[in-house]
This record gives sequence, C-alpha cells and structure tokens, in this order.
Amino acid sequence: MTTQEIQQGIIEDFSVLEGDLEMTLNYLIELGEDIQLIDEELKTDDRLVKGCQSKVWLECKKIGEIYKFYGDSNTSITKGLLSILIRIFNEKSQEEIINTSLFFIERIGLNRFIGTQRSNGLQSMEKKFKLLALKN
Amino acid sequence: MTNFNIESVREDFPILKSQVNNHKLVYFDNAATTQKPLSVIEAISDFYKTYNANIHRGIHTLAEKATEEFENTRKSIKNYIGATSENEIIFTRGTTEGINLIASSLGKKYFKPGDEIIISEMEHHSNIVPWQMIAEEKKLKLKVIKVNSSGELDLNHFKKIISEKTKLASIVYISNALGTINPVKEIIKICSDNNILSLIDGAQASAHSDINVQKLNCDFFVFSAHKMYGPTGVGVVYGKEKILEEMPPYMGGGEMIQDVSFIKTTYNDLPHKFEAGTPNIGDVVGFKEAIIYINNLGKKNIQSYEEKLMSYAKKELEKVKGIKIIGTSEKKIGIFSFTSESMHYYDIGLLLDAKGIAVRTGHHCTQPLMEKFNVEGTARMSLALYNTTDEIDYFINTLSNILSQ
Repeated sequence: MTTQEIQQGIIEDFSVLEGDLEMTLNYLIELGEDIQLIDEELKTDDRLVKGCQSKVWLECKKIGEIYKFYGDSNTSITKGLLSILIRIFNEKSQEEIINTSLFFIERIGLNRFIGTQRSNGLQSMEKKFKLLALKN
Repeated sequence: MTNFNIESVREDFPILKSQVNNHKLVYFDNAATTQKPLSVIEAISDFYKTYNANIHRGIHTLAEKATEEFENTRKSIKNYIGATSENEIIFTRGTTEGINLIASSLGKKYFKPGDEIIISEMEHHSNIVPWQMIAEEKKLKLKVIKVNSSGELDLNHFKKIISEKTKLASIVYISNALGTINPVKEIIKICSDNNILSLIDGAQASAHSDINVQKLNCDFFVFSAHKMYGPTGVGVVYGKEKILEEMPPYMGGGEMIQDVSFIKTTYNDLPHKFEAGTPNIGDVVGFKEAIIYINNLGKKNIQSYEEKLMSYAKKELEKVKGIKIIGTSEKKIGIFSFTSESMHYYDIGLLLDAKGIAVRTGHHCTQPLMEKFNVEGTARMSLALYNTTDEIDYFINTLSNILSQ
C-alpha cells in the first residue's frame, strides 16, 4: 500500500467517530498501545523530539531499501499520533517517505495536533521521520 | 454577601454560556487569563464606535474625550491600589513589560557591577529572565530565595542571603503555579529595613487580594488587566513617585518627550516619561470597567466567595485517588497544580477539554519551580469569582473517571 492509500484507510477508520473529540482521544490512546515500541535503552537525546508538553522518541532501521520505525512518547495521546505516523511511513522507501504529504490530519479533524514551533506536534514528528529517512 | 449573587454574576460574563466540544464550558484556566464581563467588552466596543482618537496631543473633541477616558482609568487604578498620585501609575502591555521596564531603567543608572538582586524559586519566567538579562549586561549577581516542600518561601533564607550589595528584591505576591500567598508585607519590611528596593509581582494577586501599595510600602508593584477581568495587552507599573522621578526612561519616542532637537531632547514628566508611543487606548478604557466591576461586587464579598470555593475544591481534590497536589500551603488562593501517577498531565488536560473543562497543563512558565518539585509540569485548575461548586463537582467527577480508565 502507498502512503496515500494508508492515509485513506486512516480517514475511514476515524470517520466512525464523527469528529467527537472524546472518542477521538480515546481511540488515539488505544492506537498508542499497539505502537512499534522503541527499546528503552534507545531513548536517548538524539532520538528525542522535545516539545513543550510531551516527549517523543523515534528510531529507524534500514532494511534493504525500506525503513522500519520504532517510537514512544511519555503521553498516551501523542503516542497514538506517533503510532499513526509509523503506520504511514513504515516499510517505505526513502523517496516515498520524503515525498509524502500528510493530508489525513485535516480530514479527520486533528488540526489541533499539527503543532507550532513550541509544541511537539505532528509537524515536528513528520520532520523527524523524513530526517531519519534522509540520514540513513 | 448581599451584593454577591453567583447567578447574576455569571450572567455578566457572556462566554460562560458557551458550549465547548458539546459540553457546557467550565473555565478553570483563570490564572492564565480571566473572562471579561459585558461592561468591559462594551466599553472597548464603544470606544471604537464613538470616540476613537489618539490621545494627549489632539485638540479636537474626540481626542479630548479619548484622553479623558484614558486618564480616568489611571485615576481608577490609583484608587484601586491606593497609590498617592496618578504620576505613580504607568501603563504597560502587561506584568512582563512592567518588570522589564523597571529592570532596564534601573540598569541604566542605579545598578553597579557587583550589586545583587534577589528573586525566589517560585518566580514566573517573567520575573527571572529580565533580571538575568540585566545581570549579564551590568555584571550583577542574582540570588534566589528557597521554597520549602509545601511551596512557601523560606524567609530565614531570604534574610541570610541579603548583603550590603543587595539592591533590589523582586518577589511574586501569589504564585501562579502553586497558588501560595506570600507574606509580602513582611518581605517588604525586610527590604526597607535593609535599604533594598522592593518589587512585587502582583499578576495573580490583583483580582483576589486587597491591594494598598501605601500600606504595603513596596517601591514597585506590577500587574496585568487581563488577569482581573480586564482586556489583554494592558498592564500597570506602580512606583513610588520619588523613585520614578530619578529613573531614566525605558523607551524613547512620542508622548514621552518635552522637547526634541538634535542637540538635546528633554523628557516629559511622570507618568508620560515612561509611556512612549501611542498606548493601547481602547483596552485601557476597557480596563476601567473591570475595576468598576470588581468594586461594585466588593472585594470583601469576592474574597469570601472565592475562599469558600477554594476550600471546597481543596477538600474534593484531596479525595481523588492517585493525584498529588503540588503546593500545599495553608495560605493560598484557588490555584491547584497536580500530577497523576497513572496519566501524563497533557493527556489529562486534553481529556478534560473533551468534556468542556479548560485547565492549563505544562510548566506554567515556572521551570525552576517545577524542577524543585521534581516534575516536568502539572495540570492546573484555577478558580475565579464566576466559578461554582457545581462546576467543581463536574470537574472532580470527570477527572476521577478519566484517571480510572
């Protein structure tokens, strides 16, 4: 599946929640529980995306031409958001990762999580995925 | 309690009727900013609709009216805080600008290399960073009063760190993160006994405490309109006239001058010396209505209602399993910072928001204090005069449900 198709799937998954914030947050918390978890000892500063409210760690392993991602966060909701990004970018090529634009965020009403410079939003997490793919 | 009817008070704040995420808004983020009564909103609107003009140098009718209303706010503030003269009331953008104004102006003439400034561990970043900046520039030393495990200032430590080089102490009246009410009268007395200038950060106190700068005998007192039901973007520096007279201007520009030439410029008198440029006229005008609003309700009535609310919230919050309240001083206002063993404060804040409850999460611009309590941040609920025990019940139930998930 392409990153486009995965995002379409995510939009469908969220559509049953009808934009209800409470259900959305609880669903994100559930998603976070199934994250491809980063090893505890790999939670180092160089793998950290530090935000105003929460911390995110992200690690990737290159297998052939594709990248596998592992992550964690100290907050359950951010962990859920991170797990969605992992679902999108996981096992994709460098080219596809870098050229993917995330359109699912606005479509499922997660705009408040895009983030600003100060907050650890989806934007800074997306950047970290792309940087890891570029560097490795 | 004759003047204080909570139902009618709530009617005065249009925003309290809002729905947030399909729930009735419960606004518990009052330490960040308070909501505005209709009279404040209408005063601002009325200014722009009927007499918007630039102030002080206009000779036409609108300018006269705008100037009069602007200066009326200054008079109201003078009375509200018990200053001796309107010359002691300087308008700023807020508490932060007020502290920067004082630090920067004193830095130009008053502080000498090696001088010491005292702040405390519970200061907001706005009462830390301006002093760090001036300390770096002027080679001053910054000393910090310790806070105990209940979140109270250690006054013995304060006395110990005073030296003959200490020039100023800048201390918060009420902690924005913990709600602790500091013994400012005692602190100011220690300052004056030791010939130290005293600056009180009154941002949280201005709406909740009795303020009389003459009785307090502080040299400076700073606060913001928006934390006392007034508009954002307006604040006040109170300073003793004698001291302000000696201080050089903070910013240069229009309004603050007497005469300008390329050879020599002379400055305007107080308070205009410190008010360069066109001020935030509309919001200053609105600020007066906030003071009128508080005065009409009566500080005593407000305090007695808020005290009951605070005790109720404290009692109920202490019953919630798995949370820890940070800041347990007996002398505090309705600000409750807490953490949970099972859930991060960010998750708590978002889940409460989904139920219409607004709280603040994070370090509350007090990172050194958070470090002291060994936390990165907290969830903070903060009360104001329009909150109710029903809202507290709803908050406590929602919080308990969230934490037991």
